[in-house]
Amino acid sequence: MNISHEHFRQPIGRTPFHDRMAALSKTENWTTWNCYKVPRVVDKLSTEYFAVRSGCAVMDLTPMEKYRISGQDARAYLDRLVTRDISNLRPGRVTYVVWCNDDGKVIDDGTLFQLKENTYRLCAQHHQLDWLLMSAAGFDVQIEVETHDVAALAVQGPTSYSVLTAAGIDGLDELKPFGIRNLECGGMPVTVSRTGYTGDLGYELWTDPDHAEPLWDAIFGVQGQYDIHAMGLDALEMVRIEAGFIMPGFDFNTANSTIRDGYDRSPYEVGLGWVVNLDKGHFCGRKALKAENERPARRRLTKLVVEGNKPVGEAFVYAGKNGRQVGEIKCTIWSPILKANLALADIDCINGRLPERLWARFDYQRELKWRTAWARCHAQTKPFYSPDHKSATPPARF
Amino acid sequence: MIRPDVIIIGAGHNGLVCAAYLARAGMDVLVLESGESTGGMAAPRVLNDDYHFPGLAHVTYPISPTIRRDLKLDRFGYAPGKAIDTIALDANGEHLTISANSISGNRLGEADIDAYPEFRKQYLAFANSLSPLFNNKPPRLKDMGLRDTATLARLGWNIRVGLGRESMYEFLRVAAINIYDVLNETFDSEQLQGALAVDAVMGSAMGPRTPGTVLTWLQRLFGELNGAPSLHSGEQLVNALTQSAEDAGAVIRCNTRVRKILVEDSKAFGVELDDGELVKAKLVISNADPRTTFSSLVGAPQLDTMFANRVAQIRGSGVVGKLHLALGGLPEFTGIDPTGLTNRFLVAPSMRYIEHAFNPSKYGECPDNPVLEITLPSTHNNALAPDGHHLMSVNVAFLPYDLDGGWAEQKTTMAYKVISQLERYSPGLKSLIVDHEFLTPRDIENEFDATGGHWHHGELSIHQSFMMRPTYGAAQYDTPIDKLFLCGAGSHPGGGLTGLPGRNAAKRILELGGAK
Repeated sequence: MNISHEHFRQPIGRTPFHDRMAALSKTENWTTWNCYKVPRVVDKLSTEYFAVRSGCAVMDLTPMEKYRISGQDARAYLDRLVTRDISNLRPGRVTYVVWCNDDGKVIDDGTLFQLKENTYRLCAQHHQLDWLLMSAAGFDVQIEVETHDVAALAVQGPTSYSVLTAAGIDGLDELKPFGIRNLECGGMPVTVSRTGYTGDLGYELWTDPDHAEPLWDAIFGVQGQYDIHAMGLDALEMVRIEAGFIMPGFDFNTANSTIRDGYDRSPYEVGLGWVVNLDKGHFCGRKALKAENERPARRRLTKLVVEGNKPVGEAFVYAGKNGRQVGEIKCTIWSPILKANLALADIDCINGRLPERLWARFDYQRELKWRTAWARCHAQTKPFYSPDHKSATPPARF
Repeated sequence: MIRPDVIIIGAGHNGLVCAAYLARAGMDVLVLESGESTGGMAAPRVLNDDYHFPGLAHVTYPISPTIRRDLKLDRFGYAPGKAIDTIALDANGEHLTISANSISGNRLGEADIDAYPEFRKQYLAFANSLSPLFNNKPPRLKDMGLRDTATLARLGWNIRVGLGRESMYEFLRVAAINIYDVLNETFDSEQLQGALAVDAVMGSAMGPRTPGTVLTWLQRLFGELNGAPSLHSGEQLVNALTQSAEDAGAVIRCNTRVRKILVEDSKAFGVELDDGELVKAKLVISNADPRTTFSSLVGAPQLDTMFANRVAQIRGSGVVGKLHLALGGLPEFTGIDPTGLTNRFLVAPSMRYIEHAFNPSKYGECPDNPVLEITLPSTHNNALAPDGHHLMSVNVAFLPYDLDGGWAEQKTTMAYKVISQLERYSPGLKSLIVDHEFLTPRDIENEFDATGGHWHHGELSIHQSFMMRPTYGAAQYDTPIDKLFLCGAGSHPGGGLTGLPGRNAAKRILELGGAK
């Protein structure tokens, strides 16, 4: 990767899909993500949301941090980096991972792609180059940033399989969830993984920036009742909460950005205990996590269904109505498909367990007048929304 | 001893102290030493079979009375040496002599002569007030234990009550500043300032104006609390420690290099030797420097990332070279009586001179006019050299570990530069030289298996002292690897022939239950 020394003159970058996205933008509602200009809403939030849930939503993933990790120690390096036992990862497969600092606090999470023997791609929410390089001491491994060298597109929703097939990408029938295949679209190579952040059927497409626009055109050129829409970050926020996916740095403080003692979170505390394998051998933070695992749980990032239909917004959570304050809501949406208030909340445990009766106390406006309300909350362990068609192979045709 | 309780890596004096204590506590101790004999940096170096140089420790202070008593060192031939003076050489022969409690010299003013005894008394008291800290494991500030509280309480008591209010204020004022300011405030004589400042900077990558040089000086003075310096080489101490350890049942294997510390499940369970042999033990204690221990013997992959990174960043590039000259006769020093040749000589005419010598080392260059510490060990013990022959041992300060262009090409030039410098004070020296050996910091690294070639296994800077030595996470002798401990100079309280890291480590290990 070469970064021009003039790069500062354009602090907000444009992805290879930007011109196509801009042509579709009716709201001009842009924000930045890792210094790239990306839409919050392209056209209409509800249209984009329902495209994910009942059609096909296309989102520009290029700004996601992407690292190429290769070399003869790449596997050993990754095994020391992440908390999960990745010994079952094979070329052409993807796995979800989380990595911690020495104290066993989450630095970030992401998806780990094994592209081939000794070559991996790690996708992360936040910039990780310093941590990845610092972790490389003692390993024969090369780490390169490829964020800007790979154009990435998420194509998500029940009709996504049919859309991509109609766009000329053959070979998706047998692609299972978390699989990767190197395919072609109109003669251009495109790597397709069956991955996503929506909790629905979906794919992520990885290609050379020069092939970005033809790929986009092939998808948007598909004729038929597939309900294809470009999607922005606001709709993504809704669907990821429905799917029960957490976002480090938003739902909880990441370890490397935490100053105050106790404000960072361990994987156990954010519901990621299932990706921690204490007996897989040494990994960074293992000792601290082992000790934590032997103590009663202190807190838990918890999925909540909040009763009623009032917008919850920012709120404290109590053990019982008018009871002791035990936590706070970190993010919340109204789920159109479930017709429910969904939230992720950071809740203190009492004697190692979540309090039985959880209530949220929140303020809301009715015609510009503030009111206070209490609502009963129901903790969930499973994703709020997890349709069967998400994992069917081959996926249903439309 | 098929499977010892404890393996100690390195038979340097701290390793031996630790071994002797643990063996005395009833543990089966196996010491593995890569060199031919015990002693590490304090072991003698023999040149041409005939010339027995004192290794890197050519001026020593008596070992702490506690260690001497606990390990019954007198029974094994240990005795402190005869006190020596320090003579700051002057190119015109107007030398300055620093004795235990007085100074003399033609160029000294009355005010300096009067001020010196009080100044020395005060700084020895400062050094003494730190003894609770030096004689114990450094306290943890988080999750403090009873012993930690006691250490801090005794330290507080020593500083506040022991020193008294006025003295305490002065101590707190100077503790973290530089020796340059302190000596400028106190004395007029540049010659005296230079001579005193040498002890604050020799062995460290610090000039007199570097902050923290009062602390390094106090650490040196701490050694003097046990008695005056002597030309007693470390050899006698090392022999006594070796015998004391063996007497208590410890087994010492020399010529045995450890290649790897075996770790499983974040727990050390033995070592792998260079020849592939595996030796298992309940505890592994490393007297190697922290970077060698963690980065090479354990390996960063077995450690957590931030800890491994902190270890890799330990500041510990050695800055002192050692020149050994085998002489065909007794050299003459202008203005020094032959009976005075048993003392320690310094070439450091002023603090300005020292600072100038220090500066190039920061940029990977050698000084034109190096700071030198010179002894003639054979004047103390004529058995060290053949009849009529003598030894000159010279510490050459401020030689960069990372010399621009590398040492291979420039080593001889630098040795000649030092010899020419010596010749100014000792005319005719060159013609007496029979043989020589010059150890650069790189050579010291290789010869003594100390990453960076640093005397103290890491700078004695404030950020690497006490509960930060070598770095937090390993500052109480136990490490992030279960059953792996540190006992060397890289640990609190640091370098010098004190044996304190070895003793403190042994105490800590026993406190944590020994090999159980």
